[in-house]
Amino acid sequence: MPEPISFQPPFTRYQLDSSFDEMFDGAGTCRPPYQALLKRLFKLSPEELKQRQQSADLSFLHQGITFTVYGREEGTERIFPYDLLPRIITGSEWATLEQGLTQRINALNLFLKDIYHEGCILSDGIVPRELIYSCRHFRREMRGINVPRDIYVSVIGTDLVRLDDGQFAVLEDNLRVPSGVSYMLANRQVMKHVFPRLFGNYGVRPIDHYGQALLATLRALAPAHRPDPTIVLLTPGVFNSAYFEHTFLARLMGVELVEGRDLVVHDNVVYMRTTAGLKRVDVIYRRVDDDFLDPLVFRPDSQLGVAGLINAYRAGNVALANAIGTGIADDKALYAYVPAIIRYYLSEEPILPNVETYLLSDESQRQYVLENLDKLVVKAVGESGGYGMLIGPHSTAAEREEFRERILADPRNYIAQPTLALSRAPCFIDGEVEARHVDLRPYILKGDQVTIVPGGLTRVALKRGSLVVNSSQGGGSKDTWVLAE
Amino acid sequence: MLSRVADSLYWMSRYLERAEHTARLIDVTLNLMLDQSPLMAERRWQLVMSGLGLPPTDTRDAYKLTESLAFDAENPGSIVSSIIAARENARQVREQISSEMWEELNRLYLQVKSARIEQIWNFGSHAYFRNVKEGAHLFQGITDSTMSHGQGWRFIQVGRFIERAGATAALLDAHFKYLSDPNIESDGKSDYLEWVGLLKCCTAFEACCKVYSADLQPDRIAEFLLLNADFPHSVRFSADMLQAGLNAIAEATQTHKSSRANRLAGKLRAALSFVQIEEIMESDLHSYLKDIERQCLQIHDAIYQAYITYQIESAPVS
Repeated sequence: MPEPISFQPPFTRYQLDSSFDEMFDGAGTCRPPYQALLKRLFKLSPEELKQRQQSADLSFLHQGITFTVYGREEGTERIFPYDLLPRIITGSEWATLEQGLTQRINALNLFLKDIYHEGCILSDGIVPRELIYSCRHFRREMRGINVPRDIYVSVIGTDLVRLDDGQFAVLEDNLRVPSGVSYMLANRQVMKHVFPRLFGNYGVRPIDHYGQALLATLRALAPAHRPDPTIVLLTPGVFNSAYFEHTFLARLMGVELVEGRDLVVHDNVVYMRTTAGLKRVDVIYRRVDDDFLDPLVFRPDSQLGVAGLINAYRAGNVALANAIGTGIADDKALYAYVPAIIRYYLSEEPILPNVETYLLSDESQRQYVLENLDKLVVKAVGESGGYGMLIGPHSTAAEREEFRERILADPRNYIAQPTLALSRAPCFIDGEVEARHVDLRPYILKGDQVTIVPGGLTRVALKRGSLVVNSSQGGGSKDTWVLAE
Repeated sequence: MLSRVADSLYWMSRYLERAEHTARLIDVTLNLMLDQSPLMAERRWQLVMSGLGLPPTDTRDAYKLTESLAFDAENPGSIVSSIIAARENARQVREQISSEMWEELNRLYLQVKSARIEQIWNFGSHAYFRNVKEGAHLFQGITDSTMSHGQGWRFIQVGRFIERAGATAALLDAHFKYLSDPNIESDGKSDYLEWVGLLKCCTAFEACCKVYSADLQPDRIAEFLLLNADFPHSVRFSADMLQAGLNAIAEATQTHKSSRANRLAGKLRAALSFVQIEEIMESDLHSYLKDIERQCLQIHDAIYQAYITYQIESAPVS
């Protein structure tokens, strides 16, 4: 039963429930890392808090930190809701996350290399061959191609959740074109403007070096004979929902933001059209999906890509981050095998656990899931952004029946997980502090070494009781503080 | 600089110049109409249409014409369409222009898009057109003081002045053709109004009076708008700026392939520097002006060939 805790304003509406609370322990006592924040909040009047929230919102609007909502005319731009209160992670918690994420990106890179070359993990029967070849994001064009330094994924955004017992677990890995890092950086800028003294005294580890780290990561991919490589960021263009992020990152790194039509391939070399003629391009940080990269190889109707790009890539004349075909590791069915992948390649135990996952292609697991649809969450393996889901406890009998049929028709396409109680963090809502569910997406870079700037994007389900944190479904975000200690 | 970026900056600037020019023409016309008979007003609108290079149309309804030329987003030549196009070009290169520029253009866009002729026709049309002109001036000023005067800024200059040179030549041509038409009966008074109207369409009335006094003669007006070296709306001034911009771009890109665009711009500039108005008037003003418009088109094509849509085989590689 939710037990109200009697706090003075602005905490009068704050409630604890069975899920882990980031700020208070089960007895309603403030956890040590949050104590200074709590003291500060007690000193601020609701009006002052509201003023700070308004000043933060205005700052986002004026800077044009928006995402595009697809519309009929020139596109509507909206700000991504920002919550005033930071989410705090201790130095030791972070150390574990950092180790676990590093282990994961290293294992996944080895896995991708193996899949597109010898396929030992398949021959050894650790991962079923069928699972790989039936994956929508498997690219047979990548078989036998060597990528620079065997780095398949340079940028990963991994979604973490904190479970009831306070442990972090991995919910999913995003290995194609993960977004949101610009909000992580913008949130921090705004936080420093709105709470300068609180921030200054807290000992928060900086994240401002992300741009430099990303540039160094991309530089590490350059062909060996190109000592001063030209790096560009490839965007689908102004109509893409993440266009703001693309311009932001290009500016941050000081590289050109290009569209497919700016690039030409000539004799297997990629050039960009500049006013001074063609300029050779060595590394492309592409924010365009595989399917649209090269109309000669993938979708012929794509206007976003560059004809001939894949041949230039095969010839080793240009590097792509991330490599083509990394989406297999995004597949939610493959996700269930990541612990086994870590053990196989690194001979180590996984540091970060997975969330329990049922594979519906397995007969006994399928049986269990079909009998317990009302308790589980069913997800389509290829979808993202909260689409194609059945949330058992909130579903109707008709919806469950529909999913039962869908599962039986194509079991490979679905997984199931227990309904998770994501942890909750204090959020500033209508002049009061209330608890809302959060997750965390840190951004992991792999170049010469693995770099993870301390923090990430904490996404918040701003609707009361909601578990959905996606921006397209009413989610917001808040600054994430990793303490130095 | 990416070719696409140069292209967007160039067109952003051209469209804004076009919007300002159209706003000035309509504003002057609506104002002159007040002193003229309905028949004269109809002719005056025909002049506006041919000055803008548009086909002749029914010019009896000033309300409809104004609506079409200023407020109709379906009409690609209207003020609102030009500003939408300028803003869309700016949006695609937002990280290349200053945020002050973006905010000003965005403000102008929001204002123009929400304006309705019904609300301003009887009272307030002058304020509306003044606002469009001021918005364009403000944007120019902000551009000059907040953006590096490098290649991108040069493309903005080139766009503005190539548009202006062509538009001024077209406007002069329309007026001289109309006023030298022997079929049109005229009295001296309305002729004078027409000449003043032409100068005002180029914001040139006061500046021209300072040089020639208020005793305005067609030759002097033509000389001023065509050949004056110091007045920012004259064809010669525009050609000077155009060539200076193209020279700076050629230097910045360190490329010789631009020579055709530069040669053409240099030729235009030199011709305008050394010609005398008597020579032009004695031969054929109309074909002289048509030739200037044609040269502007050639320069535009040459800029495209050199910097934007060049054949990849012909491009220097770095």
